[in-house]
Amino acid sequence: MHRMLRDWRAVAVFVGPALLLYVLIMLIPMVWSIGYTLFEGSPIGGFTFVGFSNYIHLPTDPKFVKSLWFSTAYALVVSSSQIVLGLLLALLYAFYLRRASALVRTLVFFPVVLPTVAVAQMFVKLFEIAPQYGQVNALLDLVHLDAWIQPWLGQGRSAFWVIAIMDIWRAIGFYGILLYAGVIEIPEELIEAARLDGARGWNLLQFILLPLLRPMIVSSLIFSLNGTLKVFDSVLALTGGGPGTTTMPLTLYMYRMSFNENNYGYGSTIAVFLTLECLLVTLAVFRNARRDAA
Amino acid sequence: MLKTTAASNAVQPAVSPAPMLRRVGQIALAVVVGGLVIIELYPILWLLSSSFKAPDEFNLFPIYALPRSLHVENYLVAWTTGHMSLYFKNSVLATFPALAALIALSVPAAFGIEVLRWRFSNTVLLIFLAAIMVPLQIVLLPLFTIYTQVNLLDTRWGLILTYTVFGLPLTIFLMVGYFKALPHEMFEAAVVDGANIYQVFFYVALPAVMNAVITVSLVQFFFIWNDLVLSFTFISNTDLRTLQTGLLNFQGQYGQRDWGPTFASISMAILPTLIIYLLLNQFIIKGLTAGSIKG
Repeated sequence: MHRMLRDWRAVAVFVGPALLLYVLIMLIPMVWSIGYTLFEGSPIGGFTFVGFSNYIHLPTDPKFVKSLWFSTAYALVVSSSQIVLGLLLALLYAFYLRRASALVRTLVFFPVVLPTVAVAQMFVKLFEIAPQYGQVNALLDLVHLDAWIQPWLGQGRSAFWVIAIMDIWRAIGFYGILLYAGVIEIPEELIEAARLDGARGWNLLQFILLPLLRPMIVSSLIFSLNGTLKVFDSVLALTGGGPGTTTMPLTLYMYRMSFNENNYGYGSTIAVFLTLECLLVTLAVFRNARRDAA
Repeated sequence: MLKTTAASNAVQPAVSPAPMLRRVGQIALAVVVGGLVIIELYPILWLLSSSFKAPDEFNLFPIYALPRSLHVENYLVAWTTGHMSLYFKNSVLATFPALAALIALSVPAAFGIEVLRWRFSNTVLLIFLAAIMVPLQIVLLPLFTIYTQVNLLDTRWGLILTYTVFGLPLTIFLMVGYFKALPHEMFEAAVVDGANIYQVFFYVALPAVMNAVITVSLVQFFFIWNDLVLSFTFISNTDLRTLQTGLLNFQGQYGQRDWGPTFASISMAILPTLIIYLLLNQFIIKGLTAGSIKG
């Protein structure tokens, strides 16, 4: 009876096409990319073998260090905000809105599905200064806080915050629902019992809810960091890395190096670095979570 | 729950402050929830309403003012001179074939991995999952080289192929999960009844996961429709630009001078996702959150 489920020809028919395309379009290029890191140049200008010098060059390249700093700061600010605000939302849904929360959850989730470019262009208009004030500057003008009116996207420091605010704004509905799913899985009796023992408010959160939500928070954090460390679309559409190179994440630096400077070798080295960084951060969060739990 | 028990457990004084406290609590809650919904939705409503403003409204009134006319011409300008019609067509012609190919490849693959019994099924699943963790940047450069050599660069086929393959890992992963949840006896029973394995797939397995296929397609629709990096990398021909890359350039060309058409084009880019979200939000929320936490 099981013979049919063991038929190799059927395996080839069902799995073969997907596997073949996947190997050709994703797996081989991944390995190929690692090969590129040992060379300098591009397919157009030709490659020269340079050994590990691309890797050695990384820490001494001020633009790379600057990009790494931007990406790290961005990931820390955005991911921690997404998780903390998401958690607050989840608690709001579960304990204060309860049955009425479905509508609010659906409304707040909406920005998640919008295309990044459209959202970014909307934010450009929100923070515009010329030829006309955008929402933010117009409101500052309205309440006579003229000193605060500024080209928000025209200065590195404020542009950083506009990018961060946009990505937090977009994603909190998502993390709210993710963590809400964790909160409602906690058995009602457990919370009731804790309340009878006198735990409420902050105590209930600290000693009962947070420990029980830990696995969910850890996976959300890993998911969020893997997104923020690889930020590309938001930055490209909001600032293009500018003004100058003040808001240049690693992904965009890699892109410019490869396609504008025609240095595939160095670009690939940055991509490999990014891959390792994501893996290490994921492992670090996992290990930390496990050690704390033990 | 937290508030009410806190109030009722307090020692009752002569005149109970409980109703008063509850009132304050309710008002605070309403303010928080109202503020939240306004913060999340106001920018979008502002965008949609501004897309109907006449050109001089932008100069005469503050940006937060409501439109005083229904200047539908903005949409016409965006659609024609702004080339939004072209970008829309390109997005549709890239997204739907890719979605169809993605489902046609990944549902059988997941069936083969989860239902069929063979030695390396777990290894193959792991190989597919490897790509979920890896940043796609690492694939871009070699792929660019390959596409240049086989003439797929700057073609619709190249883009469709890329979307299809990049969607495989997550889609296969999710579908394997759905197949795993089915009772495997139903497949064995069908085999006993004399069905061959292809009939089992089409008449037993596929109908059983149809809901899941819809959910997964919705998730992938948003990923492909909203993609920027792949179309930005592999398409440079203006005539083949998708909505996202087109919009990126629309801003540069017209954005500074004509705010009305710019707002209209951004609104147009948002509308399909808005409509689908209005109709199918529960599926979408479930699909997107399921896709993340396991991935």
